[in-house]
Amino acid sequence: MFVIETQHLQKQFGNKLAVADLTLTVKEGEVFGFLGPNGAGKSTSIKMLLGLVKPSTGNCWVLGWPPGNVQARCKIGFLPEHFRFHDWLTGREFLHFHGRLYGMSGQALKQRIETLLARVALLEAGNRKLQQYSKGMLQRIGLAMALLNHPHIVFLDEPTSGLDPLGRLLVRDIITDIRSEGTTVFLNSHLLSEIEVTCNRVVFLKRGNVVREVNLKDNEIHIDELELKLGQVDNSILQGLAQFGSNAHRDGDLIRMNIQNEACLPQLARWLIGQGCEIYRLAAHHPSLEQLFVETMTEENQLTIDG
Amino acid sequence: MVNGSFATLKMMFTIAHLTFHEALRKRVLLAAIVLGALFIIIFGVGIYFINDAIIKQELRLSPSAIRTQSNRLAYNFLAMAGLYTVNFLLVMMATLLPVDTLSGEISSGSIQSLVVKPVRRSQIVLGKWLGFAFIMLIYATCMIGGIVGLVAIMTSYDLPNIHIALPIMLLETLLLLTLSIAGGTRFTTLTNGVFVFGMFGLAFIGGWVEQVGGLLGNQAAQNIGVITSLIMPSEALWRLAAHYMQPNGIGSLNITPFSSTIVPSPNMLLWAIGYTLITLLLAIRHFSQRDL
Repeated sequence: MFVIETQHLQKQFGNKLAVADLTLTVKEGEVFGFLGPNGAGKSTSIKMLLGLVKPSTGNCWVLGWPPGNVQARCKIGFLPEHFRFHDWLTGREFLHFHGRLYGMSGQALKQRIETLLARVALLEAGNRKLQQYSKGMLQRIGLAMALLNHPHIVFLDEPTSGLDPLGRLLVRDIITDIRSEGTTVFLNSHLLSEIEVTCNRVVFLKRGNVVREVNLKDNEIHIDELELKLGQVDNSILQGLAQFGSNAHRDGDLIRMNIQNEACLPQLARWLIGQGCEIYRLAAHHPSLEQLFVETMTEENQLTIDG
Repeated sequence: MVNGSFATLKMMFTIAHLTFHEALRKRVLLAAIVLGALFIIIFGVGIYFINDAIIKQELRLSPSAIRTQSNRLAYNFLAMAGLYTVNFLLVMMATLLPVDTLSGEISSGSIQSLVVKPVRRSQIVLGKWLGFAFIMLIYATCMIGGIVGLVAIMTSYDLPNIHIALPIMLLETLLLLTLSIAGGTRFTTLTNGVFVFGMFGLAFIGGWVEQVGGLLGNQAAQNIGVITSLIMPSEALWRLAAHYMQPNGIGSLNITPFSSTIVPSPNMLLWAIGYTLITLLLAIRHFSQRDL
């Protein structure tokens, strides 16, 4: 089941096209990464999904409802990119106020607040005013706010931008926890290493268009290069390797080739053994998300220049 | 249906409570209360000495019947001077208190975390309006009541028709408050402040043009006043309230900030109520439709 679905979503501010044509789907329970350079339209896209900004054209549904639907909002959590809150409230008052807006009250709300303050390591700072919080503390209290209502889907817009490494680790753990509870996470971050370890799937956005989609947590992970160290190798082996990938060639005592994904590796190993080859090394090199990002965005730029 | 209405009210009161809480925490209320109390005290001390001087002078110069009538005019003038100043304080408070409430939260982005909650945008506007209206109505009643009460206690003079004038002044306060909130859905904080004070200034000068025109019998000048009152009815409301609070005929004898050579039509009350409601509806409509 898709919890988010968009069809040709477009947003124009005057003469400026912020989002050109956004078509994507997010499955229930996945941690979905939303990547793109500055000005790609990520925040505007999230705002459209949340009903903060009205699309110029196109359709979208969140949890089966149009964006901004009050019933849908009961099941949504959101940590904005610019986490400016009512800083004259204490941490506990802040969470209490937002809990009331979700219709929560009484002991259940109090208990939820204490649980979340503990989860974001702000239990002792709960009675301090938000204006006394550091940037990282504000981000963590914002995360607690986004999780108050046990959301079905939570939108995190740059959730680790103000955090130190320990804070990032904490957020990563929280994302893992809420994912295990079945919550879908829509994550927008510039920290590609964070995305890489937390997301199932990412899309790259460029000028409001999805230009690439990568699965990160299944057997279809894209692999750039396979490195093999074998015993005796003749040309028939090199030719035979072509059935598993492309560009198989010698590089000193190694053989390098390109393959599409990990799924073919067991079969390739069995074939090599069947051919009587001795295998000393079989190493698949995954391109980092950063490499993919740069590659994707450079391709786009090249296209633009060529065009 | 009942549950839905109850939930709507609950959300509005949650927002209204936050608004009240904010005014309290940011010490805006404290500043207003302290300055208001200071104003009332200074006015009281002034009344005490002026009353003392009036009584001593009148005892020497006038027979008792004239003295009583003359005293009443003097006390009325004093009370009206106090209320005229209070009216300005209320205009400033009603404009400045909510001037930042929506525009500030929109520009800082803090409104985003509110709007994504299961609360309608109309409930946010109405909740804020309720919170500020509650503060302003109590503040205005205390300030007006303070002036009228002091004059009554210290001089035994009861300002006429205060039961009619008070609601009119409260309506003027609500009108400016509503305009300030509505401006906040469209303009930045600074622009909004300039806009609301500009509107008040327009009504103020239009009111004076109308009064002078009335004194000179110039219809064109009077029409300018009527038109500005329709554009912004705040000054007309003050003049109507002032008219009710002065003894018959006194208000039209000369030009003072609270005299009325031309008394605004009571229909202006209906216009001001409609103006306030329409402004509130436009605020809700624009805030509900705008991108945040």
